[in-house]
Amino acid sequence: MRKKEDLGKDRLIWIYTQMVRIREFEERVKRTFLEHPGAMRGHTHLGDGAEASIVGALATRNETDFVMPSYRCHGYPIVLGTPPRNMMAELYGRKDGLCKGFGGSMHLADPARYFPGTSGIIAAAIAHATGAALTAQVKNTGQVVYCFFGDGAAKQGGFFESVNMAACWKLPIVYVLENNEYQAYTHISLEDANCMAGDPLSKKAAAFSIPGVTVDGTDPLKVYEVVGEAVDRARSGQGPSLIESRFYRLSAHGNAITVPPAPTQFPEHEAIGVYGNKAEFQAAKANDPIQRFRSELIKNGVLSEAEASRIEQAARSEMDEAVQFALASPLPSPEEATNYVYA
Amino acid sequence: MPREMMYGEAMATAIMEEMKRDPNVIFYGQNMAMTERDPMLKAFGRNRVRIAPISETAEIGIAIGAAMTGLRPIVELWMSEFMLVAMDQVINEAPRLRYMSGGQVKVPIVLKAGYGFAAGWAGQHSNCIYHTMMGIPGLKVVLPSTPADAKGLMAAAIRDDNPVVYLHPYMLMIDSGEVPEGEFVVPIGIADVKRQGTDITIVATGWMVKKSLAAAEQLAAEGISAEVVDPRSLAPLDVETIVNSVKKTGRLVLVDQAPRHSSAAAIIAAEVAEHGFEHLRAPIKMVTALDTSIPYSEPLENYVLPNEEKIVQAAKSVLMRQVVAA
Repeated sequence: MRKKEDLGKDRLIWIYTQMVRIREFEERVKRTFLEHPGAMRGHTHLGDGAEASIVGALATRNETDFVMPSYRCHGYPIVLGTPPRNMMAELYGRKDGLCKGFGGSMHLADPARYFPGTSGIIAAAIAHATGAALTAQVKNTGQVVYCFFGDGAAKQGGFFESVNMAACWKLPIVYVLENNEYQAYTHISLEDANCMAGDPLSKKAAAFSIPGVTVDGTDPLKVYEVVGEAVDRARSGQGPSLIESRFYRLSAHGNAITVPPAPTQFPEHEAIGVYGNKAEFQAAKANDPIQRFRSELIKNGVLSEAEASRIEQAARSEMDEAVQFALASPLPSPEEATNYVYA
Repeated sequence: MPREMMYGEAMATAIMEEMKRDPNVIFYGQNMAMTERDPMLKAFGRNRVRIAPISETAEIGIAIGAAMTGLRPIVELWMSEFMLVAMDQVINEAPRLRYMSGGQVKVPIVLKAGYGFAAGWAGQHSNCIYHTMMGIPGLKVVLPSTPADAKGLMAAAIRDDNPVVYLHPYMLMIDSGEVPEGEFVVPIGIADVKRQGTDITIVATGWMVKKSLAAAEQLAAEGISAEVVDPRSLAPLDVETIVNSVKKTGRLVLVDQAPRHSSAAAIIAAEVAEHGFEHLRAPIKMVTALDTSIPYSEPLENYVLPNEEKIVQAAKSVLMRQVVAA
């Protein structure tokens, strides 16, 4: 059993630092739509609000464990050490992008850092992550796969098929269902049978006779303990677990879908923009996981106010530099488009 | 030394040999290797030979993820139509991931499925659906028509670093032919001239190769020399070998078990129209399935599908016509 009390000061500061870096990256992406209109094309999805869940989960990770999220994928590689400048350049469609401008926001990949790639089709990557766990089992590498997906994906057939196979084969994988309350634009109370019955979404685990736990995804240390137990279970050959991590997506599903040359930017969150529920959104904002963890660390003497500010300033500078790097990077040559079709 | 074996045995032999050669090759699917008597299971154990539930999306998606991380999975899908319930994984995942990652990952999977089971399987188990895959960049599609090609193309598919859809015509499963023993790889993307001829080119795939060769025999008895070309691989498509044959004969019949507008024949006709028009001495003719679903009852099924007689008639009609220069 992993206990949050076992986390040393350096590790706690590391968790806070990664949370802040993710938030700063997402803030810069969001501001790009105003500061550099047209620089980012297509559809971009942000993970603000998910930071505690992402970092708390990945704090349990061994260095060679695979991480496979959905298309809302910016936060994870930041924690794995992928340079944000290459991620930002990818979002800007530049030559120095992580995927050389071939993927964009929804398709980041950094296999050298055990981040094999992402799919823009909801739930498709749950099967891919399960396949990575099959590799770990067949080759007996001791690796565990961290599979992240949203509450919307938990209604796809691919989810049910994949978790069943992982359970049959006792694959070393942890399924982290990130319940951010909205599947794209629709509130979960309108489309999830467990939610409509007043049950947690982790109840889905019972269908596969595997452990299912719901955790407060706004508290990185609670996530650390719950995911840690599932990871240990997976690594010791006991098979998959389903963790429902509950938090609130703090931005809209994605930037507004517009047809060029009409400009796009992030609209108001669906709670306000679709459902007119300002109170719900304000309550979530007031419960911002980053502010809460900051206060907790300062209260417990892990961080001083000045140290916290230094971390935040460093993250701001890092992401400023990432934007400057992206803007300075050349666009790819058009004829490069025929590369990488076949290996 | 070649050995006489059935088509089905040739495929199994290739899988067995490749699994011996490369420990990263794994094999799974529904209703296979269910008892300890299974020869694959005996040879390689449960770690590499597995039983899957009826879950094509997960079976194929898991193969993709395993391939991205170092394995070479072969998925036994039995019937090509079963891929339809998992088309996102086949078309919008497997061939896209390498490209979207800027060449960072590869997806070496083999999706093995039978097709075109014209034996009373009716509307949903007799179809030819390769048209949906042959135009997807990043995906390779092979259709072996002989036991030797079945072995050699399976070996090539397993060794290929890309997703390969390996489609075998069910109607050829118990046909026998000479198959080279030991290592034998037929490169993907190279057509094969199955019969040399000078008067007319017949391009056919899968089961239709057998029908076309029989038709060529009939034509030969009437003094007509037909060349039969089997592309063997629809993606990549060896347009050059087909155009070279048309250069020689000046006439082209395309035979395809699929309905007209979802046939490989339509694509090949377009390629020849663009790259070989000046060599054509008569209009191209396509012999395809009629535009219906496949019916159950035998006379209905026979009526819908191409056969030797239709091929012979098509060849003769092309030979009687001549392009008149304007």
